[in-house]
Amino acid sequence: MNIWIAIGATALGCYAVKLAGLLVPAGVLERPLVRRFAALLPVALLAALTAQQTFADGHALVLDARAAGLAAAVVALVLRAPFLLVVAVAVGVTAGVRALGG
Amino acid sequence: MWQTCALSLLVFTGASQFALVGALAAGGNPLTAAAGAFFLGVRNAFYGLRLSQSLALPRAVRPFAAQWVIDETAAVSLAQPGRRAARIGFGVTGLTLYVLWNLTTLLGALGAEAIGDTDAWGLDAAGPAVFLALLAPMLKTTAERAVAGLAVLLGLGLLPVLPSGVPVLAAALAAPVVLYFEGRRQAGRAADPAAGRVPTGEDER
Repeated sequence: MNIWIAIGATALGCYAVKLAGLLVPAGVLERPLVRRFAALLPVALLAALTAQQTFADGHALVLDARAAGLAAAVVALVLRAPFLLVVAVAVGVTAGVRALGG
Repeated sequence: MWQTCALSLLVFTGASQFALVGALAAGGNPLTAAAGAFFLGVRNAFYGLRLSQSLALPRAVRPFAAQWVIDETAAVSLAQPGRRAARIGFGVTGLTLYVLWNLTTLLGALGAEAIGDTDAWGLDAAGPAVFLALLAPMLKTTAERAVAGLAVLLGLGLLPVLPSGVPVLAAALAAPVVLYFEGRRQAGRAADPAAGRVPTGEDER
C-alpha cells in the first residue's frame, strides 16, 4: 500500500511540473537564477543517489563489489562508451567481483 | 510487477522512477522517496517552458501533451527548424518512447521475476550506474562539479544519522549553496573591476 502512495505522489508531482512548464507564462521561470538553480538541482540529486546506491547498506557505509562496478563505469564514461554499455559494464564487473568472492 | 508498470505508465520520466525505486528499496518513507523523485522531475518544467513557445499548442491539447515532456522529446523538438517540424518531432518521439519505455518495463519486470536473485547478477549496480551516466554529461563547469562533490559528501555523511530518503533531499541543498557562492564571486568581481574582469557586450555601449 505504501508503495502505491509513493507511486501516486510521484506521478501527480511529476505530471504537475511538466504541465506547469507548458502553462506558466514565460517570464516567471525565465529568470537566470531560477534557470541556473533548475540546472544544478538534478546534479546534486544524481550525485547523492549515485554515491548512496554504491556505498550504502541500510544505514551503514560499505565498500563491496558495487564500488568495483561503478569504478568500471567511470572508466567506460571517460572512454565515451554509450549509455547501455556503461550500465552493462557496471553490472558485469559487479557480478564478476561477487562471483570471485568480493 | 504491476507497480513497476504503473510507474512507467504514470510517471514516465526515467531518473525520477529510478530514484523512487531506489529510495523505497532502501526502506525509505514513501513520501520522502516521492519528494526526491519529484525534485528530479522539476527540470521537465523548464523543457515545457521552451516547448510551449516552439510548439504553440492550443490550451486544450496541453494537458495531454504534458506527459510527454521529457529530456528526449525536448531535445528532438527544440532542434527542429520550424513549428511544423517541431510538432512532428515531439509527437513521433513522444509516442515511440512512451510505447517502447512501457513495453521494455513490462519485459524487465517479467524478467526480474524469472531471474530470482538479482544481486548475484550484479543488477544492484545498474541503478547507480544509470545515475552516473545521466550525471556525467552535466558536469561541464566547476560549479557543477562542486555541487556534485558537496552532494556526495552530504548524501554519504548524513546517511548513518538521518532516516532513509532524507539524506538525498539534504544533499539537494548543495545546489543553492554553490549558487550562493557563485553569485558572491560574480558580485565581488563586478565590484572590483581590476580582478580578472571578463569583457561583456555591455562594454561596447
